[in-house]
Amino acid sequence: MKPLVWALGACALTAAVALAKPAAPPAPAPSAGAIAAGQRAFVTVVTVLKSPRCVNCHPAGDRPLQGDDGHPHAQNISRRTVAAGVPCSTCHQTRNSEAVGVPGGPPGAPSWGLPPADMPMVFQGKTATEICEQMKDPARNHGKSLAQLLDHATSDPIVLWGWAPGGTRTLPPISHDQFAALFKTWVDGGGACP
Amino acid sequence: MKLVVNGNSYEVPCPADTPLLWALREEVGLTGTKFGCGKALCGACTVHVDGEPKRSCVTPCGDVVDKAIITIEGLVRDSVLHPVQQAWVEENVPQCGYCQAGQIMTAVVLLRAKPQPTDAEIDDAMSANLCRCGTYPRIRKTVHRAAELLAAAPPAVTK
Repeated sequence: MKPLVWALGACALTAAVALAKPAAPPAPAPSAGAIAAGQRAFVTVVTVLKSPRCVNCHPAGDRPLQGDDGHPHAQNISRRTVAAGVPCSTCHQTRNSEAVGVPGGPPGAPSWGLPPADMPMVFQGKTATEICEQMKDPARNHGKSLAQLLDHATSDPIVLWGWAPGGTRTLPPISHDQFAALFKTWVDGGGACP
Repeated sequence: MKLVVNGNSYEVPCPADTPLLWALREEVGLTGTKFGCGKALCGACTVHVDGEPKRSCVTPCGDVVDKAIITIEGLVRDSVLHPVQQAWVEENVPQCGYCQAGQIMTAVVLLRAKPQPTDAEIDDAMSANLCRCGTYPRIRKTVHRAAELLAAAPPAVTK
């Protein structure tokens, strides 16, 4: 059997096995206590999302922000720059520039950039409730489930960068372990909004 | 490590965290790419890696092993200037010239993304390439001229 045919056959077999499995029972609805705990947790989660390390790439407009004061990115950079053939990775590499002996250069992490224009995921100027509703809305988060959001918050390198930003950049107000635990509490509470 | 520059393979004795610009200039011997600020802030060192622009002064060599690196020298094919280079010559863009290799490399990727760019789109792409001589008006005019040349005769290889 040729490799492609074999692979297709394996996929079909996998699908057949998957189809034969009984449907997983729906997750039990979170308790009132879990919902309340999740709502409280999200209020603290938002203190991270609104910190410069997060909000600078989740701006209200098309221009990323810079610094702890959130000034517009220098050099006329915006989503239009990317559309004109110059992606953020032109200057922002997969690690902070100190890693190649360039202190004072651009920070970097894999997949550096703004959320896409069709999913802007704005944090700047939004309330905790607005951010919560936006974040869990599949129509505004590229179809992500709460579990996928938790994975993004706990293990995506671009999120982890916020706690190792290099230079003199300030850190979010709580540790990443605390942030991840609170985010999980919110997810376990069904993503209820404060 | 092996770097593939302008279609040629080079074995360069560089640590993986060496900025690509150093390898290009000191090991490969291609000095058209310039050192400007050294911090990815001016664009003079712009090259293409797998078709995308990169500030070579902050790009570690280890990240571009076996990738297709194109420098300003590599835009020339069979001794014929790339249409963007040709437009630069026609319009006499440079004053001191130091930043112009980076300007041209960025203009090439702009014209791939926007074959007939507006002035605003030119500014969107080119604003992060600084020119202390202030040749910006000539750059903008010349990008439009390059768009005409590319439309008339696209280069055989642009990546």
